Amino acid sequence: MSQKKELLKINNLKQYFPIKGGVLGRTVNNVKAVDDVSFTIYEGETVSVVGESGCGKSTTGRAILRLDDPTDGTIEFDGTDLLSLNKKEMRKMRKDLQIIFQDPYASLNPRMTVRQTLNEAMEIQSAVPRDERNDRIAELMETVGLQPHQADRFPHEFSGGQRQRIGIARALSVNPKLIVCDEAVSALDVSIQAQVLNLLKKFQNEWNLTYLFIAHDLGVVRHISDRIIVMYLGKIVEIGDTKSIFENPQHPYTKALLSAIPVPDPEKKTERIFLQGDVPSPIDPPTGCRFHTRCPFATDKCAEEVPELRNEDYMTDGHAAACHYIKAIESGEHQPTRETSKVRDV
Amino acid sequence: MSDEKILEVKDLRTSFFIEGNEIKAVDGVTFDVPKGKTLGIVGESGSGKSISALSILQLIDSPGEIVGGEINFKGQNLLDYSEAQMRKVRGNQISMIFQEPMTSLNPVYTIGQQIREALKIHRGLDKKDGTEKSIELLELVGIPSPRKRVTQYPFELSGGMRQRVMIAMALACNPELLIADEPTTALDVTIQAQILELIKELQDEMGMSVVMITHDLGVVAETCDYVAVMYCGKVVEYADVKTLFKNPRHPYTVGLLNSLPRSDVDQEELIPIEGTVPAPHEMPDGCRFAPRCPFATDLCHSELPNLDDVGEGEQVRCWIYTDEWDGDPEVKVYEPEKRTSED
Repeated sequence: MSQKKELLKINNLKQYFPIKGGVLGRTVNNVKAVDDVSFTIYEGETVSVVGESGCGKSTTGRAILRLDDPTDGTIEFDGTDLLSLNKKEMRKMRKDLQIIFQDPYASLNPRMTVRQTLNEAMEIQSAVPRDERNDRIAELMETVGLQPHQADRFPHEFSGGQRQRIGIARALSVNPKLIVCDEAVSALDVSIQAQVLNLLKKFQNEWNLTYLFIAHDLGVVRHISDRIIVMYLGKIVEIGDTKSIFENPQHPYTKALLSAIPVPDPEKKTERIFLQGDVPSPIDPPTGCRFHTRCPFATDKCAEEVPELRNEDYMTDGHAAACHYIKAIESGEHQPTRETSKVRDV
Repeated sequence: MSDEKILEVKDLRTSFFIEGNEIKAVDGVTFDVPKGKTLGIVGESGSGKSISALSILQLIDSPGEIVGGEINFKGQNLLDYSEAQMRKVRGNQISMIFQEPMTSLNPVYTIGQQIREALKIHRGLDKKDGTEKSIELLELVGIPSPRKRVTQYPFELSGGMRQRVMIAMALACNPELLIADEPTTALDVTIQAQILELIKELQDEMGMSVVMITHDLGVVAETCDYVAVMYCGKVVEYADVKTLFKNPRHPYTVGLLNSLPRSDVDQEELIPIEGTVPAPHEMPDGCRFAPRCPFATDLCHSELPNLDDVGEGEQVRCWIYTDEWDGDPEVKVYEPEKRTSED
């Protein structure tokens, strides 16, 4: 691991969105979308951030590109502190730092042809000299599996999967180092999703691209990631390499999340951990461990003390979970305090 | 397959007439729902799965129109019913829940008012009895403090809670058939697990039959007894759920399984289905899947295969399984070892 170059380093990132209220429009409270999150991404790897709605995964991705300005913390990209840059410098920086959005229908300008869209990206970043741009566009179209002559069409003339490829072509057009894929394949049908995932993998191998993959589909995540970050209500609850997270999850939330995925095999017996209730509001998150209101193993301590990310001796390097009881749960010493699990019959 | 069928859909055709063109969204769909069982209808966007479901309840608005076929519910063809007769069926004998619990509830009525409406129309319950029954239903679907919830508005509830309310409404009159159109697609996976479990429990308790429409093969594997796979307005394969996953026959079904990234096993690579779904006005003459099918021959491109019986209660619409097949006689459509490496 020490050989690898740190490409993106996030320290104590906080992103609060104020809630205005009252006659004077004062800030009455904050939505703590991301609350003290730190992690590092190394060059050439794919790190996925997973979690349910409202866990702060998309907000984290947006903060990295400074599409929202973070409340606190530092974001270091390739040695540069992104939060110290002014708007103009940040725009230059986005040459190396691109994003692919979830909705291929909303993220392309309907009045611009694909050629204009790609041209604009290259123009803003002066990534490619003007006289080479048409060749570059033809090359990009072919790379993402479209015909070069389709570049003169408008977005509405393409299908959802094709539009997502255009989004990818736009991100690639400026030769970025890091691409944030915010639910980039979620809107696609599985047959098309597989095409796009294979494409992303191919580009990574060819150009040593780094991906921050934000997704809720854990099948996709297992397939594409080297490492995984699990978030719950604005905090990282577990981080580790893909194998460790899927085969040896430690945090009770990760275990419940993994067990909840419907398995496409009708003859596989699965144990399902049912969580009670819904995710609490990020406006007034629970004290202590934020998961304690739904956790099968919660005690009084969980309601009071915020658990730190910890790595126990039996866990792999770089695998850590934020729970007071991981070791005691693993050894069977700490038993569930409420009944939640159920084996699915086949 | 000797079980009693609660619903038999035969050669159902639903078209949309747009600018003088006929778009065949549902193009000769045939399937059965055995009593007390769950039929999954699976397919990608535009396969016609939702339109098939809406057609069962005749919820198709202009420019759409049911142009042919039969929908036999307990032996009666619903297409012969008048609108007044249909109204007695909807929400009473056949109920439906939709994907979007946010938009299918009326934002300006309380939860209680909305559940009471069905009870009043179909059962003639007054306000007091209706409220009591509503509270009972909310309790049944696992909503905490139901007495408080009946007075609340949809916006005061989370997505999972709203879907539970939708289910409570659908169950208000003890329907014999529940049609669930992507009931958990908009929900997070832990909430999805709760809702699917709830539907299953209620089905066991009330002996309901269910039509589950979904694009998620995981949901199919876990909740369905039988599966109809749809592609471009047609059923391409019908089988019981274990057979479908163990021995899929149609190249499209195999393609779907091969392109699915799985969370339970490590996969070497995903094998996507090449190409894209043809546009509705450019449907190929032969098999709809031929342009994307790795096995397609001239026959596939020129002539549409029938949905033929291939085993006990299994049907597939593919030339490979017929005597007319003119391609490689040894063709192996499904090779499980190629797909996954179990850890």
